[in-house]
Amino acid sequence: MSVPLTLLGLLEREPSHGYDLKRDYDTYFSRGRPLPFGQVYATLGRLARDGKVVISEVRPGVGPERKRYVITEAGATEFDAWLTEPIEAEPHLQSVLFSKVVLALMLGRPAHDYLDVQRGAHLERMRQLTEIRRSGGLVDALLADHGLFHLEADLRWIDTTTARLDALRAEVVKS
Amino acid sequence: MSQLMIEARDVVRSFGQTPALRGATVAVEPGEILAIMGPSGSGKSTLLHCLAGILVPDSGEIHFDGRRVDTMDEAGRSTLRRDSFGFVFQFGQLVPELTAEENVALPLLLGGTRRDAALREARPWFGRLGIDGLERRRSGELSGGQAQRVALARGLVTSPKVLFADEPTGSLDSLTGEQVMDQLVVAAREHGTTVVLVTHEARVAAYADRHIMVRDGKVAALTPERVLS
Repeated sequence: MSVPLTLLGLLEREPSHGYDLKRDYDTYFSRGRPLPFGQVYATLGRLARDGKVVISEVRPGVGPERKRYVITEAGATEFDAWLTEPIEAEPHLQSVLFSKVVLALMLGRPAHDYLDVQRGAHLERMRQLTEIRRSGGLVDALLADHGLFHLEADLRWIDTTTARLDALRAEVVKS
Repeated sequence: MSQLMIEARDVVRSFGQTPALRGATVAVEPGEILAIMGPSGSGKSTLLHCLAGILVPDSGEIHFDGRRVDTMDEAGRSTLRRDSFGFVFQFGQLVPELTAEENVALPLLLGGTRRDAALREARPWFGRLGIDGLERRRSGELSGGQAQRVALARGLVTSPKVLFADEPTGSLDSLTGEQVMDQLVVAAREHGTTVVLVTHEARVAAYADRHIMVRDGKVAALTPERVLS
């Protein structure tokens, strides 16, 4: 799970303060492990240093200064590349895939298409493992089987999620 | 570039008021094993039936080996199916009154081959598919996996250019299903047979060279180009 890329995705939706980013991250992506404020600001600092976000305004107040972060062209390009490229097809990808799907829905991007592309990457890997299974010995076949069963479980999750995209969109997109 | 074995363009097919295909486009290369995937009711079996000349589309074009299929009359499509295509379905659909070898020989008999010659051609398939010794049994005396191998032999006995398989392992347990798929792939490769395979199972689709996804009656791309463009 990439915190910097997820924060970039949330900033692609709208310019935000660190506090808002932490709140949305914890709501959708942290799964019971809230992101420490220190990590939020350290990550934003690195993203700013690398030219992927800029600070649009600093509002002094009673507490710490409130900085509003805006994604840059470079940041948007990096996020877009991450979102649209399928992940290397290995088992146990649900958390990354889930983040991609939620961010795609939040941004009005074609989540359906991303899941189709990921399905394609998974099936291609399964095809390779099936070939190993067919041409190798028993040990290779059993190891390939292990990968195939896990990839198949991921694919079932992809199919289920595809079937429920409308409901998920209603849940994660602010009206 | 070699000529496509099958090409379907913008195929539309409805059943009464219910649309099953809404402009499906697909191309199959000679010798390719293509898996058509999709959820229940997506139109994947209808697409296979249109490609095989079993159903006629309401609109769109279907070409096989350079010939237009969708404009052929029933007799022409029937001849095409008998001479150029083989079929395997989910439940072997063997003729229960016939022995296994007679079932395998059936497409040859229907094509006018004499009985003894047809049986002579049918018998080697039992060895190829690991079911020798079962030639004289009737379908009621065969296990699901054995019956499906007999059905596979029947689908391949005429050396068809294209084998159409609709959920060929759907009634089998996973291990038997994989053995049948393995034999299907080996037999198709040895004979250069093009295979169009409908399945909802990823593990079955993984035997194919390529897969397409049918959703809501259309073929969805599975490559990143469409998303990235």
